Amino acid sequence: MKYIDEFNDPELARRLLDEIRSTVTRPWALMEVCGGQTHSIIRHGIDQLLPDEVELIHGPGCPVCVTPLDVIDKALAIAARPEVIFCSFGDMLRVPGTGRDLFRVKGEGGDVRVVYSPLDAVDLARKNPDRQVVFFAIGFETTAPANAMAVHQARRLGLANFSLLVSHVRVPPAIEAIMTAPACRVRGFLAAGHVCSVMGTAEYPDLAEKHRVPVVVTGFEPLDILEGIRRAVHQLERGEHRVENAYPRAVREQGNPAAVRMIEEVFEVTDRNWRGIGRIPDSGWRLTDAFRAYDAEHRFDVTGIRTEEPAACRAGEVLQGLIKPTDCAAFGTACTPRTPLGATMVSSEGACAAYYLYRRMTDTPATEGSRIPREEMNPVG
Amino acid sequence: MADLATESPEAVVDPANWTCPAPLRDQPVVVMGHGGGGALSAELIQQVFAPAYGNPTLAALTDSAVLGLGGARLALSTDSYVVRPLFFPGGSVGDLAVNGTVNDLAMSGARPAYLSAAFILEEGVELAVVERVARAVGAAAEAAGVTIATGDTKVVESGHGDGVYITTAGVGLVPEGVDIRPQRARPGDAVIVSGPIGLHGVAVMSVREGLEFGVEITSDTAPLADLVAAMLAVTPDVHVLRDPTRGGLGASLNEIARASGTGVRLREQAIPVPDEVANACGFLGLDPLYVANEGRLVAFVPPEHAEAVLAAMRAHPQGAGAARIGECVADHPGMVVVATGLGGTRVLDLPLGEQLPRIC
Repeated sequence: MKYIDEFNDPELARRLLDEIRSTVTRPWALMEVCGGQTHSIIRHGIDQLLPDEVELIHGPGCPVCVTPLDVIDKALAIAARPEVIFCSFGDMLRVPGTGRDLFRVKGEGGDVRVVYSPLDAVDLARKNPDRQVVFFAIGFETTAPANAMAVHQARRLGLANFSLLVSHVRVPPAIEAIMTAPACRVRGFLAAGHVCSVMGTAEYPDLAEKHRVPVVVTGFEPLDILEGIRRAVHQLERGEHRVENAYPRAVREQGNPAAVRMIEEVFEVTDRNWRGIGRIPDSGWRLTDAFRAYDAEHRFDVTGIRTEEPAACRAGEVLQGLIKPTDCAAFGTACTPRTPLGATMVSSEGACAAYYLYRRMTDTPATEGSRIPREEMNPVG
Repeated sequence: MADLATESPEAVVDPANWTCPAPLRDQPVVVMGHGGGGALSAELIQQVFAPAYGNPTLAALTDSAVLGLGGARLALSTDSYVVRPLFFPGGSVGDLAVNGTVNDLAMSGARPAYLSAAFILEEGVELAVVERVARAVGAAAEAAGVTIATGDTKVVESGHGDGVYITTAGVGLVPEGVDIRPQRARPGDAVIVSGPIGLHGVAVMSVREGLEFGVEITSDTAPLADLVAAMLAVTPDVHVLRDPTRGGLGASLNEIARASGTGVRLREQAIPVPDEVANACGFLGLDPLYVANEGRLVAFVPPEHAEAVLAAMRAHPQGAGAARIGECVADHPGMVVVATGLGGTRVLDLPLGEQLPRIC
């Protein structure tokens, strides 16, 4: 634990904050891509400690939040089938589909189980040959290698009763989409350290160059985040825009080649819908033809599901960093973790949940707008 | 409405067309979160049980009811124990069934005296297992200084239970001059926790889910009536006691803040979270402040008595790791706020239901 405590040191944090304060001369909006970073920022109150010029915008990096409604509904339909053991990571259970969630399916008799690894689901398939075991394979580059490994393992074991419901998404196309959106205010990125620990940093130099934004690979502890901000602000003040690795204890330039190979063996790039955002080209993975037999959508008849999404909340704008959760009129009133309007209020990594859980007493209520007025921001590019 | 049999049209990021999920407001069936000790549990009590047989005594919603009977003040409490697995590092369902009810009585300041124990057994469970649990009940009762005065046994068909369920009820006497309940929290009170938190929840999780964290984490299950007596020997004017079981310290402090209409302000760095608990929680994406304890208490003590009570707690084996973690405040009534190590603040809310391990 000492290793973690070192990244919570208040004295070091104060020094980093002092340096950020003495460096910054103009307003800059930085996006932390990952929902884990968002929660760390809000949980430790880092945004409260930064100078006014530095605004943190929360990105779309919450895998639970961006899983589209039609996939949730497919999960609900599959999980309700009597022959199925439906396995998922815990935080997907509370995400609302059309009219219900996985918890309710479980309460109504569905065999829904929380697992800590997709390999646990493979093990369940091995031990229950008369049941169909389905694993809900969502997430970014971080979870994709283990999910790919699960399919690989199932094939090696000759399991005909294991499949994945796949909704994997990729970070770089999302950054591209955010930077090309007309209302974008982001001037620099804190890239998600865990994603880069798998994929390396090679995907980012082109993005940094094309959009003239610094990209700093950043970890999740308070000092990691402050160091990422410090480096991004330094670059911005000097007019620079390059990729920097501020998380060297976890991230190598080449990433984890074995994990990447596993992804590439099992998955291929495809377009994906992002909940609240829309379709982003090349932003996801699906099982290759060679592994189609392990695709739950292929195995179970879940076509023809009709989804219903009233445009009642502003989660999409939150996910793209266009507004803060507290800018939404429903925040904390119509929309709470108990009565969520959007997945961002449900997920343990969701930005709205972070603000509701940690900040609703101290932050400005809805409708006051973001801290830095639009006209003060630098134009994109 | 969209027919998912067909691919949706190309929709690059278009701020005018965001869509959001439909609300999920009602739970027409019981879900696990209703037993998690958080907001869903509270709603179940408020919306189902209290209207069905509510009365002023029940309305206090304390861990044990304090009743006037024949000139004495009697504390009465009941609880059911459904833990999987039945045996875990540091204890078993039998220890929990005794210590849990003993502690619920102690949280009213009572000296627990008699317990009942009702067993619901699942067909097919080995008698050796039942015997082992029964012996654990007996040993725990002896250690806590209570007598198992009556009991009951039922058997349910195979598949209708988790091996052994136990319900215990207990009675004890509340000493004169002692009035301990959540409503008595006052601004200025010191908030004290009796030792390191989160051990029980992580210990059970480590064996239930087959997770290994590199070191064995042992449950903190223990009877707390002696510790409470030691605290009351310093002053009978302890305002609030609570054993933070399901829902952890976070749920207990929220319940006290809401019941008393005061606020609670904690110092994050003062809260004793063992390294192994912090590590396990970090790994799973859980907050140790919401993890269950079975041998800890949180106390609200008037400031003038706080240091003496703390010293008495530290002199007792069950309170050796006691720490003053914050204060009761007049600001933000009904809310618990944590001052973070870096100097920021955050709200510590009542958890919704059970904590869920995160995806990555």
